Amino acid sequence: MYNDKVMDHFMNPRNVGEIQDADGAGQVGNPVCGDVMRITIRVEDGKIADIKFRTFGCGAAIATSSMVTELVKGLTLDEAMEVSNKAVAEALGGLPAQKMHCSNLAADALHKAIEDYRAKHPANSGA
Amino acid sequence: MTSDSENTAGVRRVYLDHSATTPVRAEVMGAMMPYFAGQFGNPSSIHRWGREARAAVEDARAKVASLIGAAPQEIIFTSGGTEADNLAIRGTAWHKRSKGNHLITSSVEHHAVLHTCETLEKEGFKVTYLPVDKYGMIDPEDVEKAITDETILITIMHGQNEVGTIEPVREIGQIARRHGVTFHVDAVQSAGKIPIDVSDMNIDLLTMSSHKMYGPKGVGALYVRKGVRLSPQATGGSHERGLRAGTENVPGIVGFGEACRLAKEEMPEESLRLTRLRDRLIGGILDSIPDTVLNGHPTIRLPHHVNISFKFIEGESILLNLDLMGIGASSGSACTSGSLEPSHVLLAMGLPHELAHGSVRMTLGKGNSEEDIDYVISVLPPIVSKLRDMSVFR
Repeated sequence: MYNDKVMDHFMNPRNVGEIQDADGAGQVGNPVCGDVMRITIRVEDGKIADIKFRTFGCGAAIATSSMVTELVKGLTLDEAMEVSNKAVAEALGGLPAQKMHCSNLAADALHKAIEDYRAKHPANSGA
Repeated sequence: MTSDSENTAGVRRVYLDHSATTPVRAEVMGAMMPYFAGQFGNPSSIHRWGREARAAVEDARAKVASLIGAAPQEIIFTSGGTEADNLAIRGTAWHKRSKGNHLITSSVEHHAVLHTCETLEKEGFKVTYLPVDKYGMIDPEDVEKAITDETILITIMHGQNEVGTIEPVREIGQIARRHGVTFHVDAVQSAGKIPIDVSDMNIDLLTMSSHKMYGPKGVGALYVRKGVRLSPQATGGSHERGLRAGTENVPGIVGFGEACRLAKEEMPEESLRLTRLRDRLIGGILDSIPDTVLNGHPTIRLPHHVNISFKFIEGESILLNLDLMGIGASSGSACTSGSLEPSHVLLAMGLPHELAHGSVRMTLGKGNSEEDIDYVISVLPPIVSKLRDMSVFR
C-alpha cells in the first residue's frame, strides 16, 4: 500500500517531539477524521532553525509530518510557506489516492506554525 | 501449521484475521478436488456425470443443514454471505410487499444487510435501525416495541463481526414468532463457531458463508424454513428450488459441506481452546498496556474474537507495525475502511471517534497457538509506546 520511502518515514520518523518555548506552533486536523498534526518551530535569522512534530494518525499522516520537517529545516519562512501538501507527497514518492485528502495535511500545520510566529513577532516577520 | 507460524526469514507469522477469511483446510481441499475435472458434471444433467455431481451437492446440503439443525431441503446454496443476505432481505420484502412495508434491523449489521435495507428504503419501504448498548448488544424489548402492523421482516445478526458480541437472537426469535414476523439472522461470523439450532432459536432465514469456516470462497447458503416464501433475486433456471438460478458451484459446495461437517465435529473442543486463547490475549494486552479498552461484551462474545481500542493512537499505524512484525490484524479506523468515517459499529456503541480510530480487531483460528498469543503480547507494548510518544494526545 505504501512505498518504501513512506514506510521509512513512518517507521523512522525524523524530528519527533515538541520544541519547548517554541517560536511558533500550528495544529491541524480533527480527531473525528482520525488525523491530528502539531508542528512547533524555532526561528533564527528568519530561518527555521529547528522543527518538531507530533501526530495522531495513520501511516501517511506520520510520514508526511516527518517529511515536511525534513524538507523545511534551514529554509527561510517565505520558502517554507511555499512548500505545499502536494510537494510533501511528491517528496515521499507519492501516496495512495485515498490518503491525499484526509492524511496529507502536514504542510498546513507548518504554515499555521509560521503564521503563529509572524503574529507573535510582527517586527521581524518578513524574513 | 508450520507455514502459518514461521516464514523463511525466521520472523514469526501470526494470522489474526480469521473474521476476514480463513485458509481452506486440507481435508476440505481434498474433498473438492475430484469435482473440478474428473467429476465435472452439471448436477442438472440426467446422465452419469450429472448424477455424480447431483449426489455430491445433495450430500453437502445435508452436511450444511446438520450444522444448524435444519432439513437438507431448507438449504439454498448461494455465492456467499452477501448474496444470501440480499436474497433473504430483498426476497422477503418483495414477496411480502402487499402485506406491509416495514423492516426492523440494527445499527450494527454488516453492510450486506444495511446497504440492502437502504436500497429498499429507496423503493418505499420503511426501515427501523435499532440502537445498541455500549457492548454492541441489541435489546429484544426494543425489537418488540418497533413491531407494527406493517412489519414484514426482522433481520438481526448473530455474532457481531467487528466487536464479537453475540446478539440475543433466541429471544428475538420468540418475539418474531409471537408476532408472526419473518426472522432473518446473519450468522456468517457465528456458524461453525458456536451452536446454532434454527428450530430452537425460531429462525426463518439464516445466512452462512463458507470461507469464514475453512471452506472455499465464493460459496455460502441461505437457510429457508419450510413454508417461508421469497422472491428470487437471480432468475433463470429452476436451480435451488427456483430461489437461486444458476449452475451450482459443485466443488465449492462440496468443500463447504465438508467444512460444515468438520466444524460441527470439532466445535465443542475448538471453541473451548479458542476461548482460552482469546482470554489470554485480552488479559495480556489489558494488563500490560495502560489506556486500553476491550470493545464488545466481555463474556457474551464469539470464542475467537478480540477487539481492543488503544487510546491516543490510530489503528492503521498499529496494523502497519504489527504487519512488519509478522502479525496480520484489522482495524475499525477510517483509514482502513476506505472512508473518512471510522466503524459504524463502534460509533453506534457510543465510542468517541478517537477510540474508534484506535481500534484493532484480532480474530483467532485453528492455526493459532499459545506461543502465537504470547508473541503478540510481547511485541504490542513497544509498538504502542512508540506511537504514543509520537502522538499529539498524551
